[in-house]
Amino acid sequence: MTAGADIIADRPWDVVVAGAGNAGLCAAIEAARAGARVLVLEVAPRHMRGGNSRHTRNFRCMHRGPMPPLTGAYEEAEYYDDLLKVTGGRTDEHLARLVIRESEACMPWMAAQGLYFQPSLSGTLSLSRTNAFFLGGGKALVNAYANTAEDLGVQILYEAEVTGLEISGGRAGAVEVSVKGREPVSVPCKALVLAAGGFEANLEWLKEAWGPAAENFLIRGTPYNRGRVLRLMLDAGAQSVGDPTQCHAVAIDGRAPKFDGGIATRLDCVPFSVVVNREGRRFFDEGEDVWPKRYAIWGRLVAAQPGQVAYAIIEARSRELFMPSVFPPVEAPTIEALAEKLGLPPAVTAETVARFNAACRPGRFHPTELDGLSTQGLDPPKTNWARPIVEPPFLGYPLRPGVTFTYLGLKVDDTARVQREGAAFENVWAAGEIIAGSILGQGYLAGFGMTIGTVFGRIAGREAAAHVL
Amino acid sequence: MSFDMSYDRPALLAEAERQFTICNACRYCEGYCDVFPEMFARRAFAEADLSELASLCHNCRGCHYACQYAPPHEFAVSLPGLLATARTVSWERHAWPAPLARAFQRHGLALAAALVLGVGALFWALSALGGAGEGFYAHLSHAAMVAIFTPAFLFPLLCLAMTARSYWREIGGAPLHPRHVAQALASAARLKNLSGGQGQGCNFEKGDRYSNARRWAHQAVAWGFLACFGATAAGTVLHYGFNAPAPYPLLSLPKLLGLPGGIAMTFGAGALLWLRSRAEAGLSDARTASGDVAFTALTGLTALTGLALYAASGSMLQAPLLALHLGTVLAFFLTAPWSKMVHPVFRLAALIRHAQRQER
Ligand SMILES: Cc1cc2nc3c(=O)[nH]c(=O)nc-3n(C[C@H](O)[C@H](O)[C@H](O)COP(=O)(O)OP(=O)(O)OC[C@H]3O[C@@H](n4cnc5c(N)ncnc54)[C@H](O)[C@@H]3O)c2cc1C
Ligand code: SF4
Ligand code: SF4
Repeated sequence: MTAGADIIADRPWDVVVAGAGNAGLCAAIEAARAGARVLVLEVAPRHMRGGNSRHTRNFRCMHRGPMPPLTGAYEEAEYYDDLLKVTGGRTDEHLARLVIRESEACMPWMAAQGLYFQPSLSGTLSLSRTNAFFLGGGKALVNAYANTAEDLGVQILYEAEVTGLEISGGRAGAVEVSVKGREPVSVPCKALVLAAGGFEANLEWLKEAWGPAAENFLIRGTPYNRGRVLRLMLDAGAQSVGDPTQCHAVAIDGRAPKFDGGIATRLDCVPFSVVVNREGRRFFDEGEDVWPKRYAIWGRLVAAQPGQVAYAIIEARSRELFMPSVFPPVEAPTIEALAEKLGLPPAVTAETVARFNAACRPGRFHPTELDGLSTQGLDPPKTNWARPIVEPPFLGYPLRPGVTFTYLGLKVDDTARVQREGAAFENVWAAGEIIAGSILGQGYLAGFGMTIGTVFGRIAGREAAAHVL
Repeated sequence: MSFDMSYDRPALLAEAERQFTICNACRYCEGYCDVFPEMFARRAFAEADLSELASLCHNCRGCHYACQYAPPHEFAVSLPGLLATARTVSWERHAWPAPLARAFQRHGLALAAALVLGVGALFWALSALGGAGEGFYAHLSHAAMVAIFTPAFLFPLLCLAMTARSYWREIGGAPLHPRHVAQALASAARLKNLSGGQGQGCNFEKGDRYSNARRWAHQAVAWGFLACFGATAAGTVLHYGFNAPAPYPLLSLPKLLGLPGGIAMTFGAGALLWLRSRAEAGLSDARTASGDVAFTALTGLTALTGLALYAASGSMLQAPLLALHLGTVLAFFLTAPWSKMVHPVFRLAALIRHAQRQER
């Protein structure tokens, strides 16, 4: 059912959910299953529903034994350990362990909502034990959840932006909604679940922390996560968590669209490259570690270069060593010609590559493991996969920072209730990326975003319904 | 939204390569069907590769509804329409003789004309040749039927064989091994590529919801067709081998196969047409739509007229219904090498090739 703007405001809804991504739909389904009358407000048109969840491929799931398609076991201790490693301890142990423990029950629940899982994708074998992949990816998940929600009687309204929250004394009475850009209307509700994502698509907000450089960032996901609901809650006195100046950014193909390029714009060629900035000079060890462990720091590295751009240069022999990317490389028979095509100073670039080649040492080159093949006497060094770039044609890829998500979020307790100074909001819950900072203070663990959204979305939906009914 | 692609071969290949490159960098749909593993095993695509992938695709549409890059996204990925177009081009290219395929794949009217001609021919045959014998042989003799249908069956078979050989060469097929054929037949028997990968079905009449309706409807037609075919074969064996000419009693192999087969085919074809009317437009090749509909209708009609003929046995309607049924069958067989009836040939070849490649 798709509600019309006219009927949404006639009597109070039990639960209003802001955002039809993974977290919002999980909440809506659970609240509806508990018997609540639920309205979901989604700013995007139907085909863009699902926010960043639309772009996901898997979620990280604890399991004590094989749970097809997941292999082996992945127990709480190891999971938590992995989280500690990536966050450097910046997590809330109580909430983190809650998410981890609950993740095991999520998988059958997700399947029961119409989602299908598939074996880990070719090229991602390393995740086959820890991450359960969605058949068809996140958009198929969103389709399944939205269909299930609608079958349960949930009303989903698209092109409906939450523009205001009527909150007084820690209690929400209504939500202001602008449908298709019209004058906002007030929609009364008894409980509110906020699942409107982060603010990564809001360049002005990103600029507050990053300065004008943020203008050159690419946003990997939806253009609709502009943080409006987060801002409304912060203004209403909600407590925040997470570093407001940080975002998760990876190096992606510089030719990707400004928004919504998703997974296909990923570039995995850095370990086999010489990476130069627009002045033609190297700035970091390209072979520091295997790419899955390093791709996230490269977003920030590139962001710190002039013009927020860098160029990866590889040679013919490396062409097929990494997952294919969406844009073909720029090709040329000589480094100078390649530099010319990429808009780099040819002489400097050629000299950088020549200097790198001269610093390479003989040894066994092994693309799939840390081969220790390191440069000598080069600053910065390249500590693995340092094979000279000599075989034409030479290939180049432009790199830019691609923002995945922001860390600043709302503080919640283990019932997903939003916290304010000294107390909690009486009837406001939140889930998904808008609260992820509570658990993920920094860094990222592949598949953990969807786990946080699923676990907290379900909790928020159940709690909100229980409060009303 | 329109996904109508150019029939221009270089343009089609370039568009396919563009979309495949995006899929290759994404891979989210790997588990839906056999197309993706084959796609991901390649980095460059020649026309032969496109031709192979096109026939592996069963237009289940799962990948379209799951695609975060589906139009209006600027990456504009939508494989079902693209691969349907590639099938049209590929099947016409390998058809023998080629020009006829254009007519029958793309124009429902051509099939309708063939039907009228077939039925007309049979009415003429009935009146001109007459019959001698029992049952419907009273209207058209067995010898006359054999004289008409033996060439009408063997010639299309020859054409289909030529087509198969041409396609098999293009996709680089290795010598056939029973194991690969068995795997392909097992896949076809279950319509694995319409199963959504896990039996949940395809995305057709219900848009982004999975459903097995089309799979079951197609199974009814396919298995019904085979049963009817078996019935005819059994009749031939009884006639020549055991000197037992038609009509056959209810509890005989020809009837036991033919009756349920005919019913399954009729309902299956009707269901396919109904499902088709409910499916989202633009996810197949719109230019072959009338040809596709006509072919499905003709398939259903072949079975329906056969059932009607059986029901009318002994009545005065028997003679006209016999002409109608045999005329329909004639049209069905004679157009087979150029109508949608070529699809099992291409699909089986692609499935066998897939089985071969999987082993390496
Ligand atoms: C390219 C990419 C790939 C990723 N892959 C993975 C992965 O494989 N596994 C994983 O775990 N995580 C992955 N992530 C992270 C993951 O996407 C997020 O953690 C997760 O989607 C967050 O879910 P959510 O429901 O909180 O937010 P979203 O899914 O982003 O949903 C928020 C929704 O709120 C709507 N909205 C925003 N503002 C308003 C408003 N004012 N009014 C109404 N509606 C509003 C938005 O339109 C959106 O639909 C990926 C992220 C990206 C960008
Ligand atoms: S169809 Fe879309 S989602 Fe599926 S593999 Fe291709 S690009 Fe990815
Ligand atoms: S439409 Fe179905 S069969 Fe065809 S490529 Fe997509 S998923 Fe595979």
